[in-house]
Amino acid sequence: MTNSNERKLTIARAMAEATAQEMRVDPKVFVMGEDIAALGGVYGNTRGLLEEFGNERIRDTPISETAFIGAAVGAAQDGMRPVVELMFVDFFGVCFDAIYNLMAKNIYFSGGKLKVPMVLMTSTGGGYSDGGQHSQCLYGTFAHLPGMKVVAPSNAYDAKGLMTAAIRDDSPVVYMYHKGLQGMGWLGTEAGATVHVPEEPYTLEIGKAKVVREGKDVSIVSVGMGVHNALKAAKTLEAQGVSAEVVDLVSLVPFDRETIRTSVGKTGRLIVVDEDYMSYGLSGEIIASVTEHDISSLKAAPKRVAFPDVPIPYARVMEQFCLPNPDKIVAAWHDMKAA
Amino acid sequence: MKPTQQEQHWMYRNMVTSRRFEETIAKIYFEGKSPAFNMASGPIPGEMHLSDGQEPVAAGVCAHLTPEDVVTATHRPHHQAIAKGVNLDKMAAEIFGKASGLSGGRGGHMHLFDTDVNFACSGIIAQGMGPAVGAALSRKMQGRPGVAVAFVGEGAVNQGGWHEAMNLAAVWNLPFVCVIEDNAWGISVAKSAATAVPTNDVRAAAYGIPGTRVEGNDPYAIYEAAGEAIARARNGEGPSLIEVETYRLAGHFMGDAEDYRPEGEKDGLTAKDPIPAMRARLLKEGAASEEDLARIEAEAEARVEAAIKFARESADPAPEDALTAVFAA
Repeated sequence: MTNSNERKLTIARAMAEATAQEMRVDPKVFVMGEDIAALGGVYGNTRGLLEEFGNERIRDTPISETAFIGAAVGAAQDGMRPVVELMFVDFFGVCFDAIYNLMAKNIYFSGGKLKVPMVLMTSTGGGYSDGGQHSQCLYGTFAHLPGMKVVAPSNAYDAKGLMTAAIRDDSPVVYMYHKGLQGMGWLGTEAGATVHVPEEPYTLEIGKAKVVREGKDVSIVSVGMGVHNALKAAKTLEAQGVSAEVVDLVSLVPFDRETIRTSVGKTGRLIVVDEDYMSYGLSGEIIASVTEHDISSLKAAPKRVAFPDVPIPYARVMEQFCLPNPDKIVAAWHDMKAA
Repeated sequence: MKPTQQEQHWMYRNMVTSRRFEETIAKIYFEGKSPAFNMASGPIPGEMHLSDGQEPVAAGVCAHLTPEDVVTATHRPHHQAIAKGVNLDKMAAEIFGKASGLSGGRGGHMHLFDTDVNFACSGIIAQGMGPAVGAALSRKMQGRPGVAVAFVGEGAVNQGGWHEAMNLAAVWNLPFVCVIEDNAWGISVAKSAATAVPTNDVRAAAYGIPGTRVEGNDPYAIYEAAGEAIARARNGEGPSLIEVETYRLAGHFMGDAEDYRPEGEKDGLTAKDPIPAMRARLLKEGAASEEDLARIEAEAEARVEAAIKFARESADPAPEDALTAVFAA
């Protein structure tokens, strides 16, 4: 293998590279958000962009999420392609109208005459004791509301392809990146997220899940950080003679129900791993995709490993107790077999 | 700066068109809704917010705008849409929920979007501000001509998003104008009970931009104030804030009993109806003859009739088309 084939990037660098490549070829693309210019983004995903493109196209904003996300909608409708950052997804509470009533609905309200080509990138996830307003995933909250595509990469290769695809998309895309996968030195980082990333631009199809590990006894379906937990659990299970398949959803909207059904059709068993809250969310939707389609494909009742329905606690032992992890996934398998 | 005679005629025609349109809508709105009032019934279901009395604001501001300029409007958008040049046939059809409507029946009267004239709405208070500021940013970044105007009501200034957007427009020196239609009422809550300052032009000081208050719902004074603000925006000198004293002659929505109004307020308002007032002024100043006015009024009437006929005769959308146009094609 040559050196370029071995080039490994963090998700943060992959996002920045995709953005820079699109900005070089399309003057309509620009980035705005809090601390995305000189600082390069709190999670590193806009690092280096200010130096190349200047502060007209790499715009630090006031702490005014309603205004600047609303402004991104207006700019997108007027022909620009804004990439806008909501620093923590938890902050959606101060600006959700701009997101779900404007960004997500204006194409529909125009009967499809408007395009709203914008990317809303936002950090998700906890595990580092940042408390209940800086640690949530909220996948289900965003994916529930129509009019927004939603993606959540688990590794740098997908991160770059999804960012390029999101910037080129004429509909709004919510790009949810997990802090624990970003490759920031000061946050615990999942090593499996830092992978080979080709230098040339490429896209990943939004709305297409991936089987990231083949297996025949059980399908473990997840997204983002959960994929890495699932892969670790699959290794443990393999040592116990159990062959687990792991499905990385990659996108939440559009939702690739077919890949889930095909996998469960093969394995007959389903474990869903979701760092978002358990009830009324992604985990239930994944299970419904199977059960309402063909309940006979299941040999056992599905299991969920998800965050319990409580605010995210601060104390390390409490947060870790609540978070999904490989041991819980392995335990879910044994519960399923015992039932 | 006074409107030219031609502009005065344009403004009057717009005001009369808007009024005739809403009078017609009001009449049709009650079809199928009596004897028992049921908002879901009749050819025009849902809430209906009329702008009777507020026409001078839209006419005085939009007299300075071209189709390439951007306007965002509110839940009470008819007068603004008409003044901005939104296609009246398609707008009427949208209000009737027809396939030929602006969005094929997906939006309704609070969600009028006409991309041909850069017109958009939000039914949520103050939420047109961000998109208008963003459109202004887009023009500045692209070096394309055009200004963006956000119309809001006086209640909107107490929304956090209003302040955020004003600050953003000012800190980035954008070609943006915020026009506050002060009709004194936020549904049933009086401005005096909701807003800490008597007039909102003073809030411009918080953003270091010019703020103007226009009293008396006077289309000529509105024209002048808007002209200065829009010229300033076009010249790259940044945003402005205008508050206009106007009057909501009707209730917040159709069916509003208006019991919250002080006794006699509505009688006084009728006497302040801006349309007869402008008519009298046009005659008095010799800017229009009785024949001119009769012709303008007949044209407005015919325009409205044609639009309503188009809407009534248009087909309903295919129900399953509800499932389309969620994402860009």
